Amino acid sequence: MLGKTNALKVQTAEGVSFCVPIASPFSRCLALAIDIAVIIGLTILATTVIDILQTIAETVPQIGGILIDFGTGAAIILQFVIATFYGIITEWLWSGQTLGKRIFRLRVIDERGLSLSLKQILIRNIFRLLDMLPSTFYLIGGVSCLLTPKCQRTGDLAAGTLVIRESEVPAPSYNEPLEKEENSFSTVPHLEARLRHRTSPDEARIALDAITRRSELNPESRLLIFSEIADYFREISEFPDKITVGLSDEQYVRNVVDTIFRKVSI
Amino acid sequence: MIVDLNSFISKEQPYWDELTALLRNYDENVGYCPTLEEAKRFYYLYQRTSADLVKLNTFASEVETVRYLERLVAKAYSRLHESGGEKIPLKPLQWLTKTFPSTFRRHWKAFVISFTGFLAGASFGAGVLAVDYTLKDRFVPPQFPHLREKPSKRVEREEKQDFDAFQGRHAFSSELMTHNAKVTTLLMVSGFLWGIFTLTLLFGNGQILGFVIYDYLRDGQGEFLTAWLLPHGSIEIPALLLGGQAGLMIAYAMFGWGTNLRLRQRFERIRGDLITLIAGATLLLIWAGIVESFLSQYHAPSFYPWKIGFGLVQLCSLVLYLGLSGREKTQLQKTT
Repeated sequence: MLGKTNALKVQTAEGVSFCVPIASPFSRCLALAIDIAVIIGLTILATTVIDILQTIAETVPQIGGILIDFGTGAAIILQFVIATFYGIITEWLWSGQTLGKRIFRLRVIDERGLSLSLKQILIRNIFRLLDMLPSTFYLIGGVSCLLTPKCQRTGDLAAGTLVIRESEVPAPSYNEPLEKEENSFSTVPHLEARLRHRTSPDEARIALDAITRRSELNPESRLLIFSEIADYFREISEFPDKITVGLSDEQYVRNVVDTIFRKVSI
Repeated sequence: MIVDLNSFISKEQPYWDELTALLRNYDENVGYCPTLEEAKRFYYLYQRTSADLVKLNTFASEVETVRYLERLVAKAYSRLHESGGEKIPLKPLQWLTKTFPSTFRRHWKAFVISFTGFLAGASFGAGVLAVDYTLKDRFVPPQFPHLREKPSKRVEREEKQDFDAFQGRHAFSSELMTHNAKVTTLLMVSGFLWGIFTLTLLFGNGQILGFVIYDYLRDGQGEFLTAWLLPHGSIEIPALLLGGQAGLMIAYAMFGWGTNLRLRQRFERIRGDLITLIAGATLLLIWAGIVESFLSQYHAPSFYPWKIGFGLVQLCSLVLYLGLSGREKTQLQKTT
């Protein structure tokens, strides 16, 4: 796992940089397990249908035997086709996703952040035969995933692809956290102006990050972080006791953020 | 400098929402082709969102919004810049008459090495048996127990047996097709291990064939052997060699001799050719499976000349097809 990276950094021709999180081997394994289950399910379904048709064919005089044999041959071909083309067809139709990947919000993309081409889909799925070795234990693919920085199996390396996590990030809105409660600092606008003057952009960002990401923190960390941030702002601000008394550390920081971001525009 | 995030987001949010809706539409409607106006709008929204991302990175560095915009820009970027841009090629005749044979010829050196590896294996198999015939049992792979018996005994038994042209033939044919397709694909993909495994597999397959040929010739069953193997072998073995050829192309790309290109670029160059070769080999194997199942196993002595003739014609046709089909006229010939 040495030298592993958890994000693909892409720089576009327009000069915009962005990062895409790379899927972990564990989530890929889970998606693969779903896909294998689907393949097995489809195979059972296909063979059951053929079995029923063969039962009907038995009753046909003269050519019943030939039809049954033909059915057996068709079942063998179908099993092969389902196992080979399941990944190819789903990744082609769903732009780099199989059912398993869709459930776990994973997607195959080009190494440069682009969409997949048909050739890439074909190559990465053909190479599955090598990745599955020995037998069907996925040892080669697994080792390759663990050793390559972008967690690529040999099929990914040959096709120039990788698997990313596709988490939905909701558009953030600041109205909600900032408007819920009244800001007691607003009663002393000259002191608010002084606070804004003394706060650097980095400090403001830290306070805002703490507020917007507070729900991600565990209770102990939350208390500790807000205590430290509030202490810092208490030192650089001059708000009288009558408006700060009874304010929790978190409430104090919320007021600071409200003061800085709501009242100032570029 | 601090951006008024609230007003910034409320101003830009409609554009982000519109871009999100367009992306969702493209995701849900496979093969959807936007009109020129839609495409222009999509590009505008992508550019605007990218600019928003740059602004936020520069001025405020707000984590949540940056993360949201990164996902949005990444999706739009991926959708906008198709890496291949190609559609599914639906020109089977052109592919058969030109693309496949010319791809084969373009990489003829890899085919020669593949053939040499196979031939070396065959010579080794025959040579070992010639030196010490008692090693025969050690050579026979467990999946071919019928090769353990004396060839003349088998010939006697097979020639007396009735041949039912249909009973069990479809299933046998399907098994052969899928098995051989897997072996050929394995020959190709194992080229990724720097070709060592590809050459080993070619050598191993050649070794079995060499051993069988020697065994039957030693027992005076040359005619039976030719009539048995030639009809399907004349197609099946070249198909396996094509798999080996593709595997050696991959091995060459892995080594990267004589080029400064990165591994990704080296693979990008041969990707189309690999698919062409493996698809061609699979088609040949489908035909070989049918022939092996329905013709090769028919062992009536009176039919041997026909089977041998069929195999020879097939082999010559394949050589001519791969060697000549789709050849471009030279510039000189065109001008004259």
